[in-house]
Amino acid sequence: MLTFIVKRVLSGVVLLAVICALTYALLFASGLDIARNLVGDQATPEQVAQRARELGLDRPLVERFAEWVASALSGDLGTSWFTAQPVLGTISARLPVTLAIITVSIVVVALLAVSIATAAAMRGGWIDRAVQIGSIVGDILPNFVLALLLVILFAIHWQIFPAISTIAPDAPFSAWVESLALPVIAIVIGGVTGSTQQFRSAIIGQLEKDYVRTLRSRGVGEGEILFAHVLKNAAPAGLTVLSLQFVGMLGGVVIVEEIFAVPGIGSTAVSATTQGDVPLVMGVVMTTVVLVVLVNLLVDIVNGWLNPKVRVS
Amino acid sequence: MSNTELVALASMRTRTSPLRRLLTNPLGVVSVTVLGVIVLVAVFAPVIAPFGPNFAEVGNAFAGPGDGHLLGTDSAGRDVWSRLVSSTQLTLLSALLCAGVAIAIGLPTGLIAGYYGGLFDGIGNWFAGLIMSLPGIIVLLTARAAFGPSVWITMIVFGILISPSYFRLTRTAVQSARNELYVDAARVAGLSDVRIIARHILSVVRAPIILQTAIICAVAIGIQNGMEFLGIGDPLTATWGAMINDGFRNIYTAPQLVFWPALTIGLTTGSLVLLGNAIRDALEGGSTVAAPAKRGRRTAASASVPVSSAHLLEVRGLETGYPRVDGSTNVVVKGVSFAVDRGEVLGIVGESGSGKTQTAFSILGLLPQSARIVGGEIVFDGRRITSGDAGVDQGALAALRGRRIAYIPQEPMSNLDPAFTIGAQLTRPMVTGLRISRAEAQRRALSLLARVGIPDPARTMRAYPHEISGGMAQRVLIAGAVSCDPDLIIADEPTTALDVTVQAEVLELLREMQRELGMAVVVVSHNFGLIADLADRVVVMREGEIVEEGAVRDVLRHPQHPYSQQLLASTVAGRKPLTPLLTETEGSAR
Repeated sequence: MLTFIVKRVLSGVVLLAVICALTYALLFASGLDIARNLVGDQATPEQVAQRARELGLDRPLVERFAEWVASALSGDLGTSWFTAQPVLGTISARLPVTLAIITVSIVVVALLAVSIATAAAMRGGWIDRAVQIGSIVGDILPNFVLALLLVILFAIHWQIFPAISTIAPDAPFSAWVESLALPVIAIVIGGVTGSTQQFRSAIIGQLEKDYVRTLRSRGVGEGEILFAHVLKNAAPAGLTVLSLQFVGMLGGVVIVEEIFAVPGIGSTAVSATTQGDVPLVMGVVMTTVVLVVLVNLLVDIVNGWLNPKVRVS
Repeated sequence: MSNTELVALASMRTRTSPLRRLLTNPLGVVSVTVLGVIVLVAVFAPVIAPFGPNFAEVGNAFAGPGDGHLLGTDSAGRDVWSRLVSSTQLTLLSALLCAGVAIAIGLPTGLIAGYYGGLFDGIGNWFAGLIMSLPGIIVLLTARAAFGPSVWITMIVFGILISPSYFRLTRTAVQSARNELYVDAARVAGLSDVRIIARHILSVVRAPIILQTAIICAVAIGIQNGMEFLGIGDPLTATWGAMINDGFRNIYTAPQLVFWPALTIGLTTGSLVLLGNAIRDALEGGSTVAAPAKRGRRTAASASVPVSSAHLLEVRGLETGYPRVDGSTNVVVKGVSFAVDRGEVLGIVGESGSGKTQTAFSILGLLPQSARIVGGEIVFDGRRITSGDAGVDQGALAALRGRRIAYIPQEPMSNLDPAFTIGAQLTRPMVTGLRISRAEAQRRALSLLARVGIPDPARTMRAYPHEISGGMAQRVLIAGAVSCDPDLIIADEPTTALDVTVQAEVLELLREMQRELGMAVVVVSHNFGLIADLADRVVVMREGEIVEEGAVRDVLRHPQHPYSQQLLASTVAGRKPLTPLLTETEGSAR
């Protein structure tokens, strides 16, 4: 199990390194273009070159990347070109809100989707049909339209929740709940409609396995078969679905944060992108990739713990 | 729906053409019509739109409908209808670009990876996993930061991001098609790989690709407009997303500005998704049977009534069937009757499709979910446990299964839960079935494993199913079946899945266990040799009916029914019989 974890960690580090290198190359490749974007179309070539020199964009890409890696390893992700704030500081100030939204959402999605899927797989009937229809309806409405609908109905029309969240790190818990309720609901609806069908397939796939029949033939009760055997065997597939949901939420949270004006990492990403604040964009990408790697690692470890075959191979 | 399901659907042979079924499905017709209208609007946009998308009447912002503006004007005094219409073309083209890029990357790589496997498959899979673990919108934002605002670049990048879905779909389809007989035949016939792929494999992949493309176009439209809504697109290009953005900023003054573009997006993506679903239904060919309301496990409790029977197990006129689409029932066991006494071994022999396994599962009450007992009854130890009128008494059967009626399956590996140790799977039913302590169950399991010929019982107890051989696993299953001292064991082809040398050993073990414990056994097989070895009496089944019944010796020596003669001839095939029962001396000694 230990070698298994070490292997997974190493592959995560490789993934992180590859993506960082690619992103850096993509973002910083043309130093002059970046400088031109920053100083505007009216600037003279001298002004562009001057700005590029100031930001160190005139040096070779590999040299700059090596420097960036060295300082990133020591905990310095550079400074924003616009606010002169350290990137790491901006991100760590805004990450908790985003993490709160995503963590709550993924837990709620997991609980809801697994219970609904189990009921649909075991009972069939109207629950099953509702799951089928729900998955189609979830595909039909793009998530951002759904989130807009929620704002318009619950925040603007009925005014049950605030349309614009006003959370600060030191705000009372109730303010967090109030501010994050709608964003979480928006993400959860998309997550549940998108994943219940897949959980259901995974559970039905296990229920149809030969070993379930053999367990029944040996007098093992239905409850024990479902909770001990079927769910345990369906868990790896379910966790994969959840990890993909998590990745999707990291993207979806960008739009949701924009709509609800949540001061999270997603809205940072949007403003950094529109301004051309390249160091900040780089920091956001790194943060999300680290999160993805961590979640995948967690899923791998849990899968290894659940499924003895994975540990060996 | 998973890739494998999609592929399975596509490879199903159906009677009517999928296109025709698509066009008779109301949802299919509606979605095709709506999409047709949207495409027409896109093509004739310059004619339909009264104004240019960016033509602004300063001072006429937020105008209501009318006065030349069908849907009013937006915050800058631009005509909403014209902007809606002129963004249609862009939206459809960008969705097609995205799907095109994804297909261009995913289809060929998937074909190569699925057809040739090996290193390319490994690398392709790794990349697919890598791309799928990237948060799409963040990557799109990065691309926007690197390349500037452009719908086309966004869609190309998104096409790359979503290409793994085509890669995986194609790969799964090709992998399953590659092993099909007709592909083998084509290969043997000397067709080149390119021609095999072009002629046989692409035809399998085509339908799932079309379905996938409908869905992916919908996703692409959602993403593209989502990005535009974020306000990071080109401000000079009219898009539905940018229109929603404008409306959302002015939500209190002009909520209708959100409504129209949101409705348009919903209509477009909705008809694409419904089209995808209609295509899927068309591929399924309406083969789905209405699911029963419940899993059919706990039905009438009144079935279990005392009935006089001189036998341990009596099956009287049993009829088992499966509902068809048209509401009729496909009866697979047609009025089967036989009886088994204590300590007796009954063989049920027949080819696949003869209904022998269905009969066995009817006795156990472990038929698939959709199956129904249509007629007759099953009586075990003087109690009716199943009947055509009252259904299956799952409550009574649950109490009997494992304790008094046990089951030995055909395929040893798939019948053990891969996630639990052998020990856990052996002891748990004993603890509940025999009401003994865990430690005692543990001791009992160890001695049982030793009894069924497992060399190192303690180690096997700790092992997971994948760590032991098929022969070992079958011994474990036999140990499990006899663990609670049942009166009756149903063995379904107990040796078929094993290696030939192991078959003989397991058969010997079964015979020993039966003699030692004095259980009654119903053994189901297509192999007359095995039945001859094990059974006292035999019933021969064909197409759901019993065609011959009698003592094994009699049936073997003088098969009456032509079908029994055929079966016997195919098993013995003119060779000198190997089984002791067939030789004169030992046969009569029994």
